[in-house]
Amino acid sequence: MEHIRFILIQNRAGKTRLAKWYMQFDDDEKQKLIEEVHAVVTVRDAKHTNFVEVISVADSLSVLQFRNFKIIYRRYAGLYFCICVDVNDNNLAYLEAIHNFVEVLNEYFHNVCELDLVFNFYKVYTVVDEMFLAGEIRETSQTKVLKQLLMLQSLE
Amino acid sequence: MQPLSAGSGLEAGVCKSKEAEIKRINKELANIRSKFKGDKALDGYSKKKYVCKLLFIFLLGHDIDFGHMEAVNLLSSNRYTEKQIGYLFISVLVNSNSELIRLINNAIKNDLASRNPTFMGLALHCIASVGSREMAEAFAGEIPKVLVAGDTMDSVKQSAALCLLRLYRTSPDLVPMGDWTSRVVHLLNDQHLGVVTAATSLITTLAQKNPEEFKTSVSLAVSRLSRIVTSASTDLQDYTYYFVPAPWLSVKLLRLLQCYPPPDPAVRGRLTECLETILNKAQEPPKSKKVQHSNAKNAVLFEAISLIIHHDSEPNLLVRACNQLGQFLQHRETNLRYLALESMCTLASSEFSHEAVKTHIETVINALKTERDVSVRQRAVDLLYAMCDRSNAPQIVAEMLSYLETADYSIREEIVLKVAILAEKYAVDYTWYVDTILNLIRIAGDYVSEEVWYRVIQIVINRDDVQGYAAKTVFEALQAPACHENLVKVGGYILGEFGNLIAGDPRSSPLIQFNLLHSKFHLCSVPTRALLLSTYIKFVNLFPEVKPTIQDVLRSDSQLRNADVELQQRAVEYLRLSTVASTDILATVLEEMPPFPERESSILAKLKKKKGPSTVTDLEDTKRERSVDVNGGPEPAPASTSAMSTPSPSADLLGLGAAPPAPAGPPPSSGGGGLLVDVFSDSASVVAPLAPGSEDNFARFVCKNNGVLFENQLLQIGLKSEFRQNLGRMFIFYGNKTSTQFLNFTPTLICSDELQPNILGFITKPVDPTVEGGAQVQQVVNIECVSDFTEAPVLNIQFRYGGTFQNVSVQLPITLNKFFQPTEMASQDFFQRWKQLSNPQQEVQNIFKAKHPMDTEVTKAKIIGFGSALLEEVDPNPANFVGAGIIHTKTTQIGCLLRLEPNLQAQMYRLTLRTSKEAVSQRLCELLSAQF
Repeated sequence: MEHIRFILIQNRAGKTRLAKWYMQFDDDEKQKLIEEVHAVVTVRDAKHTNFVEVISVADSLSVLQFRNFKIIYRRYAGLYFCICVDVNDNNLAYLEAIHNFVEVLNEYFHNVCELDLVFNFYKVYTVVDEMFLAGEIRETSQTKVLKQLLMLQSLE
Repeated sequence: MQPLSAGSGLEAGVCKSKEAEIKRINKELANIRSKFKGDKALDGYSKKKYVCKLLFIFLLGHDIDFGHMEAVNLLSSNRYTEKQIGYLFISVLVNSNSELIRLINNAIKNDLASRNPTFMGLALHCIASVGSREMAEAFAGEIPKVLVAGDTMDSVKQSAALCLLRLYRTSPDLVPMGDWTSRVVHLLNDQHLGVVTAATSLITTLAQKNPEEFKTSVSLAVSRLSRIVTSASTDLQDYTYYFVPAPWLSVKLLRLLQCYPPPDPAVRGRLTECLETILNKAQEPPKSKKVQHSNAKNAVLFEAISLIIHHDSEPNLLVRACNQLGQFLQHRETNLRYLALESMCTLASSEFSHEAVKTHIETVINALKTERDVSVRQRAVDLLYAMCDRSNAPQIVAEMLSYLETADYSIREEIVLKVAILAEKYAVDYTWYVDTILNLIRIAGDYVSEEVWYRVIQIVINRDDVQGYAAKTVFEALQAPACHENLVKVGGYILGEFGNLIAGDPRSSPLIQFNLLHSKFHLCSVPTRALLLSTYIKFVNLFPEVKPTIQDVLRSDSQLRNADVELQQRAVEYLRLSTVASTDILATVLEEMPPFPERESSILAKLKKKKGPSTVTDLEDTKRERSVDVNGGPEPAPASTSAMSTPSPSADLLGLGAAPPAPAGPPPSSGGGGLLVDVFSDSASVVAPLAPGSEDNFARFVCKNNGVLFENQLLQIGLKSEFRQNLGRMFIFYGNKTSTQFLNFTPTLICSDELQPNILGFITKPVDPTVEGGAQVQQVVNIECVSDFTEAPVLNIQFRYGGTFQNVSVQLPITLNKFFQPTEMASQDFFQRWKQLSNPQQEVQNIFKAKHPMDTEVTKAKIIGFGSALLEEVDPNPANFVGAGIIHTKTTQIGCLLRLEPNLQAQMYRLTLRTSKEAVSQRLCELLSAQF
């Protein structure tokens, strides 16, 4: 059963700016995954693919039995947006799902920056839940998501 | 667009040092705690503020051990912001504290019933995030109702669909299928594409587990997909992403279709049109230069190709897919090159596209040399391996070898295995094979595992046409001043066996061979030295002229008094053997190794293990099939053998193992030591005669399907089988009754030539070659009855127990009557048909003495167990039994009638069978007669 295992936003220093988990991990496992994802994505450059091959890290990411998962990531300035999915999942669809998500954040926060994610973390979670739920893509229309977000904001 | 640039580099948390942060946070935590504990009840706003702060602190990486209760309180607030923070706290800091869960569930329940879409959404998102079993118990019945209710808002439907999906994943048993399922399928027709997107995920997951119930989703998915791919780029408005209409939904629909085989012709035509449209669009000039446009478009394209490969039935589409991927192989985007290589790998295993894939060999080889990302090179290696066949093997193997010199350490071992497998599988000329493996050892000796070098020795021993060449080549390779220890092992072994083939050349005389090997001796590890000592004793037999030299070496203190027991023992024993034994005995004991029995390659097994079973197996299986027809015959499947696959690194020439060798004189006759078994192991490949007593057991299975088929002191074989029409499935259970491992455990199904055209039986998966003591392993045999048959297939099991080779053969109770379907009929019908089958060839009768007590109930049970219907009140004589049924074979159906007349006084039976085919009457009569 393919689905997203987690979504992570990290900065270059490895600070987590968002972590949304779609399967059960205990706290130690989460911490380990966060560190290992950081270790594998930060060494890659523009000549590399946006997909982290799991073979090179198969042993270290033992919690996930990593062979069956892959990380699809995209870097925006100092932030890495990472989605961990099953090895059979569609790479490009998730790569663009990341971008779609970032465009919504950018619109919603009017030129989003890292600090927006830090101080408005509860809003970021709402954006995530509108677009991804239960490890699946829930809504892809930027117009619809933004409309819903504005409606919710009006309730505050 | 460069969002997020403004804040990069700034550290949030705002504190300069870790200590300062901790200090600040502890102060804040104390403050919050006092607020929560204070006398004054906090208002909703303050409560929200502090819970939110706690959450913030938690997200900064600090532990939080209070505030849960306050968060739960927020859930019942009527203000959105307060409720939202409460739910978020619960979702992030789930706690299986049972009291709280009850309170949380209560709040969720209220919100679900509130009819306020915002609150319902929050509640559903919380369930979808936590997804605990308690929540499934509480809400799995409720959510389907919300999902399909006519008045539910679209956004709530989206959340409900995915919420249900989450609960189904965690607790499938708690999500009952029901009326709602068909209505969920119709959500594929919904006007709101967001609802369709969410519903497609749910349906896909449910369809994977319950394909029958969701079959109707196929045609709905195809028509939805068709509407999307043929729409103009602006038709779908909100759902058009960079000029691509609904890319994510298209991908999901294509994945849903991959749960099913190709649909019926009508739907199939429409689907093929969709797939063609997608392929056509890939050729059109892009509507935007943005990478988002090309990614979204290609996401759909790759998923369409996956579906084409999944169906594997439209040659035209497969070849077009291959050509499209071929273009991507040279694309400037690394992502596309990577994905094209990956996708082509699966295309290579389809018979329709294998040739088309092969045309890209140069590009792939180039990728191996130029790609900067190791994962892309890895995919290129995989693809070369997948596209390899006899025609291009020399080129591919050569390229892999040359890549190996610079390959990343992380993938070297895998490449070594692949090269070894390809070299063996496609070797026309075994000298090429030997060269390739020696090159492997030279280039990447450290990565050449035991399996690989065992295997080259095995092949050399089994093929006498290559032995001389192998001896010459290893001799030359050993001349190198620094050679890998694995080469010394291979060289030692091969010269020990076949050194005599090159000894005629004065440049490689016995003494020179010996000196060459011995010059490496002191640099080698203990296992290799042990192997070399065995080579030396073999030399004593091959070349009497060097015997004194070798005896001197064996006699030296460094051998006889070696600190290592194994080496010391060998030196002592070999020295003694060379002194005491007569030439004849030496010649017998040190005889050339007999050929190894052929089995599945241990190298292949190792590769499968490395790659994970699911990823490699399919490919390997298809490769193997292909290799058979390419090679035009049963090319010895890569094999491991009993002696060779012993895990001990000191695999030695004599297979002495731990068993005491015979120092002199005739070898002991007990057969307990490894010596005899290994030296004379050519018996290993012979199938044992049927195990005694197995005939009786066989007969017991004629009227039943489950039970113990065979049992001796070591092994028990149990069966469970089911038959339907002309198909059957048999589960075979092998139980190891001992406390010791069985090694090289290999069951084989043997159908005699006579039997083969009539019955097809195949083992679906090999069992693990090691069966632990006390363990039971299972194997499945699928059976198809093509036409009627008499003999039964034989199951042969070979394995190694302790030092000894075991070989057991039993008949598998697959008998013609297993394909019986009972037929009920009235007396009149029965006798009418009986008369129709009155031709003398159609009737077979047997009169025989009862072997068992003549009990009416037992007899009835046996006739029913035999498979026919037992017809009551048909025969005018109530003491007689009659039965009727149809034997199903693939080619035909054969009606059968039977009548059994017991004679109690004489303790005799008369059994009459009438069928439309003599052989069937004959066989059924035989089988049934043996039952009474």
